[in-house]
Amino acid sequence: MSRNGLLIDYEFCTGCHSCEAACKKELNLPAGKFGIKLAKNGPFKLNEVDDKWELTYVPVPTQLCNLCGDRVASGKKPNCVQHCQASVIEYGPVEELAVKLNNKARQVLFIP
Amino acid sequence: MSDDKKAQGNSGKVQWQEGDLTVTRTCSWTAPGCHDGCSVLYYTKGNKLVKVEGDPESQYNFGRLCMRCLNQPELVNDPNRVKWPMKRIGERGENKWERVTWDEAYDIIEKNVRNIWRDYGPESIVTAIGTGRNTWSIVPKLTYSAFKSPNFSMGFLAGDSCYLPRAAAMGTMIGDFFIVDASQLDERRYANPEWKRPECIIIWGNNPIISNGDGFLGHWIVDMMKMGTKLIVVDPYLTWFASRADYWLQLRPGTDATVVLAMLNVIIEEGLYDKDFVDKWTYGLDKLAERVKEYSPEKAEEISWVPAEKIREAARFFAKAKPASVQWGLAVDTQRAGVSVANGICALVAITGNLDVPGGQHLIRTAFGVDRLAHVSSDWGYGELSPEMRAKRIGTDKYPLFKYGLCATARGDSVLEAIETGRPYPVQMYWFESTNLFICTASEAKRVYKAMKKVPFVVCVDPVLTPSAVAFADLVLPAAMSIERSSLRTWWTPLRSISKILQYEDCKTDEEICLDLGKRLNPEQFPWDTVEDMIDWALKPAGVTYKELEAKVMMWPEVHYKKYEKGLLREDGEPGFNTDTGLVNLYQDIFDEWGLDPLPSHMEPPYSPISTPQLMKEYPLILTAGSRPWEFFHSEHRQSATLREFHPNPRLTINPETAEKLDIKDGDWVWIENNLGKVKQVAVLDPGIDPRVVHGEHAWWFPEKEAAEPTLFGAFESNINILTTQCTTGPTGYGAPLKNTICKVYKA
Repeated sequence: MSRNGLLIDYEFCTGCHSCEAACKKELNLPAGKFGIKLAKNGPFKLNEVDDKWELTYVPVPTQLCNLCGDRVASGKKPNCVQHCQASVIEYGPVEELAVKLNNKARQVLFIP
Repeated sequence: MSDDKKAQGNSGKVQWQEGDLTVTRTCSWTAPGCHDGCSVLYYTKGNKLVKVEGDPESQYNFGRLCMRCLNQPELVNDPNRVKWPMKRIGERGENKWERVTWDEAYDIIEKNVRNIWRDYGPESIVTAIGTGRNTWSIVPKLTYSAFKSPNFSMGFLAGDSCYLPRAAAMGTMIGDFFIVDASQLDERRYANPEWKRPECIIIWGNNPIISNGDGFLGHWIVDMMKMGTKLIVVDPYLTWFASRADYWLQLRPGTDATVVLAMLNVIIEEGLYDKDFVDKWTYGLDKLAERVKEYSPEKAEEISWVPAEKIREAARFFAKAKPASVQWGLAVDTQRAGVSVANGICALVAITGNLDVPGGQHLIRTAFGVDRLAHVSSDWGYGELSPEMRAKRIGTDKYPLFKYGLCATARGDSVLEAIETGRPYPVQMYWFESTNLFICTASEAKRVYKAMKKVPFVVCVDPVLTPSAVAFADLVLPAAMSIERSSLRTWWTPLRSISKILQYEDCKTDEEICLDLGKRLNPEQFPWDTVEDMIDWALKPAGVTYKELEAKVMMWPEVHYKKYEKGLLREDGEPGFNTDTGLVNLYQDIFDEWGLDPLPSHMEPPYSPISTPQLMKEYPLILTAGSRPWEFFHSEHRQSATLREFHPNPRLTINPETAEKLDIKDGDWVWIENNLGKVKQVAVLDPGIDPRVVHGEHAWWFPEKEAAEPTLFGAFESNINILTTQCTTGPTGYGAPLKNTICKVYKA
């Protein structure tokens, strides 16, 4: 059986913290602990010629992430996946996600 | 998106059990909250809220939810909420209260109101609300029909600088409100075959993924970006949108008029406008063309700092994109030229042919015409006041635009002057409902604080004990939160029911308080036995009862495009716009009649490198303020431990170059100071802000600190509005320099 993972399209992650907050609620985590946590790059100017900037957020699952086994068993999506306001987190079998990973740049696949 | 979500079970049900939890499908619309009314699933156990999830079956938010709603249980279950009506027993500010019953509280209010009616007249009663809630509908009804006063206000908000300058501009130019068309009018959403994806959206002076202003959910723009929509962003700060924009116009705060007028200059001069639309449906292009000649991109660059060539390219890009629209925000309002900026943007979307086309700038009204209780319109009961009483509305004598436009309010700055001077008449009673006055909406906080202490009788209605309640109130009434009330939501669409699930202590809803007092003071204007009767009455245009709507949770209307061609906008049923000319007024004759400039123009902020070059030697930085953080809605949410974990303290954003010169490191507490005072915030170094500009957060208070004066929950420690001004609007009376003043910054 294939493992499950989280495919994240970080081109469109807005850094809204919904995944972090949803996860904290689901796992009932105290201050300082996260099941998924945003990482940030930038902002910095990519070059001096044009006006393009790097400003990237990526949510990274921690060892506390259990891929919301109970939720998934009851037919729901993992809490971070459902509440992600930019809808950039997808849950599923790694083999299927790997195919999607190959279709578009600026994505990352996590297997927590 | 909906198909796989519907597979999750309990589809279509309004309430069900999951283990020992009861799940209820409804809409959440403050308090706590924001401008939006997302579809939620409330998980409750007995009379307690356990958790909140987004409703995966909703075509509004598609199951998604922001961190504030996810953390609602911390706010709803907060043991420090106001639990019952409280009467002040110490001095104002001492935080000493006595519990009273609702009847005792109503007796005190009724006695004061009747005495004021007899001795001063109803106009001496002023009411105030905060933003984004249906208190915008209920408190006007309370003011006009129960208190019989014309003075409903947005507190002391300088220049009424929240949507009202834009509303006034749309009112006289277009005759309707407009909004970016993210297909939110149609239940099929992006799958509606008539809808088109916008090719370009300008995001002007807001960050809608955080602020979600004016009944628009910001992440809809992210949905459309994934489909290919391109962006132009006009903002002094590199927002997430700006980092992904084709054009980012990083302007000096408060110079937006020069940018939009220069864009119009380019579009008109290069003939890039929609000639057919302009010929048929607009009035005064020749005069606008003449005016914008004064605003070449080079001239705009000189004032706004935005490179002329970038303005040119952005203007062309926007004009050629079909369809295109502008997502505008608060920064448009918060400047002396606010109405002009709004006029300019209205002209921009009109002459490019984007009004009311699929994927353009939709002319929007509330779903099924339901706006009582459900919408932010402020006219409920106003028509029943006598013309003499209406004429006494504070501020309308000097500022005629306040009489017209699309919103009727007493002008905040003028109310302040009335309290201070007793002219045109004294303010004897001040009622504020879910607004935190000098912490949030007011500028020149210390002045407003001093003025409010003078008002003889003050009532606060709020779910929490705020610094404003402690400092001013003689009576505090506990307001229910969203999960504790029965009500409605349109603003704008779909029509949604809000279901009461819990009762917190002795709280009452805004609706109940309005009806209770209305029946005591002016029963003819409150012909309803219960709140549900009142809601059923408000629902009449939709042809359903509250119970029927609750069973459906929401109802979607039909969408109509190009309504001006179909006779769907005007009362006379003729084609055209709902304006005096029937056309979009690019030139406004009525402004001429009022002695105002009938065309848009730039006006410098009162403190700026151009207005006060001498003062810039002492206060060399431009201070902009009030951008929304993810964690808080204005002065709400500071009680939530989780949200404070993410955002413990107020933040000043400063460019690393500037910080280095000032020997400021990331995380240092710094003083922000100008001629009006100083406050302390934590420096955040960020190259996304211009080195000449800093940004300070607004609405900070600290519920964890001492409530009594002088601490007053830290009301004066970090309150950025100690540095902004009241009574400094432009000639329209709308728009104040809240986001464009000056300061110096140094290590605390």
